[in-house]
Amino acid sequence: MKIVTAIIRPHAFEVVRSALQEASVNGMTVTEVRGFGRQKGHPALYRGAEYNVAFQPKIQLELAVDDARLDEVTEIIATQARSGEVGDGKIFIASLDSVTRIRTGETGIEAI
Amino acid sequence: MDTMVIEVGYALDTFYFLMCTALVMWMAAGFAMLESGLVRSKNTVEILNKNALLYGVACIVYLLVGYNVMYPGDPLSSVIPGIDFLLGSDNSVESVTDGGEGAPYYSSMADFIFQAVFAAATMSIVSGAVAERMRLWPFLIFAVFMVGFIYPVEGYWKWGGGFLDQLGFQDFAGSVVVHMAGAAAALAAVLIIGPRKGKYGKNGEVHAIPGANLPMATLGMFILWMGWFGFNGGSELKIANVDEANAVAKIFVNTNAAAAAGMVAAALFSRFWFGKTDLTMTINGALAGLVAITAEPLMPSAGVASLIGLVGGLVVVLSVVGLDKLKIDDPVGAISVHGTAGIWGIFAVMFSNPAATLSGQLIGTAVTFAWMFGVSFIVLTVINKIIKLRVSEEEEQEGMDVNECGMTAYPEFTPDK
Repeated sequence: MKIVTAIIRPHAFEVVRSALQEASVNGMTVTEVRGFGRQKGHPALYRGAEYNVAFQPKIQLELAVDDARLDEVTEIIATQARSGEVGDGKIFIASLDSVTRIRTGETGIEAI
Repeated sequence: MDTMVIEVGYALDTFYFLMCTALVMWMAAGFAMLESGLVRSKNTVEILNKNALLYGVACIVYLLVGYNVMYPGDPLSSVIPGIDFLLGSDNSVESVTDGGEGAPYYSSMADFIFQAVFAAATMSIVSGAVAERMRLWPFLIFAVFMVGFIYPVEGYWKWGGGFLDQLGFQDFAGSVVVHMAGAAAALAAVLIIGPRKGKYGKNGEVHAIPGANLPMATLGMFILWMGWFGFNGGSELKIANVDEANAVAKIFVNTNAAAAAGMVAAALFSRFWFGKTDLTMTINGALAGLVAITAEPLMPSAGVASLIGLVGGLVVVLSVVGLDKLKIDDPVGAISVHGTAGIWGIFAVMFSNPAATLSGQLIGTAVTFAWMFGVSFIVLTVINKIIKLRVSEEEEQEGMDVNECGMTAYPEFTPDK
């Protein structure tokens, strides 16, 4: 099992979500986050003085997936969230030791 | 004239006066929203507390003594008003219906309450300029002196019939008497307490400290704009005949025209100068237009009123940037809006009011500034010696809300009991 953490543009969230749902992904957790990458924020202006908005608003998706479906899920996120411009985000994948569904006590792939 | 007609006229003028009072009172809400929107979220509760409490303190002090200083029954001289406390009785029916030319045409209680909300507005100007670093209670102690003595003495010189009025100084609703006066006191306070930490760099560079809630600030602008109809319209003091009704309507038209022109001018200026349309300049531009037309909202045509507002909007942008160059830190632009635009407005009176003279306007403005700035500076310096005006560096960094008020504006993760 893997945990997929994807940082994407806020406006890309809806297409990614619907594409994942169409592919029968059972669930995900979403967080509003802020961060910077290689572009290191962008300049803004307030009362004639410039300042730097260092952290851009992003959406972070977290979903647990079976190893068999990992490539498919990663591919969906990568293609749907891509605009080709700086700031499209990243996908992190880490191995997942165990999962428990709290209601039933099921564990492992059954619980995803 | 028929007694009944006189009584109805009296009732109508009083009613109009009271409605205008309610509008000006509502400006306290405008200042509160504007200022809480333009500070950082860690200073929200404190600035709201200041805005609420200054209104309360101002009303109490003005009732107790301020009104009598500003409008003394028996002044000592044209410079020194008398001193008296609380309020006398209102007009009798006979004094209204019997008297000819000099007969009162509105309730003297209505006059008091209208003047009281003006005094509170003058104090509201100060709170924005000292935001995010001046402690709450020293500010309120200063409010007692400001509303009980400093502002009423200067108000007496013009509106109470003192020497500035006799000199021919023209200021219809208070571009200088209220607005620049408040700004002069604010400037004294800002010079004593200094800029917010981190506002200016070592080499004079200006760092932006963006306000936390611009929807709130925009709402504040519109509330102030609405209140200004009462501020300027009410200052005509009368509405119950065709001429007066027309005059009040014209004041509404001119007040609105100046605000609209000031707002658009400031926005365009910001767009071409900075390359972006800064909302805070849009807001300051509308308010500067309003301040500028306040000195004479009746005599100019709507076109001239628009031009007066337009220049007010340009002046305020220059002033905001200029004060930052001088390292005078004014988080909401109060000194620029009320002071700089107020001075422009007082001289713009000469375009439309033939009674205004350059010397009269100049002396009126200079004397008012010198008094408001000088006495405020002395009073604030004394308060500063006894109890510090400014919060400590750590308190400033952590925010005024937690340290002064013990709470935050938007509490999260509070445990359920």
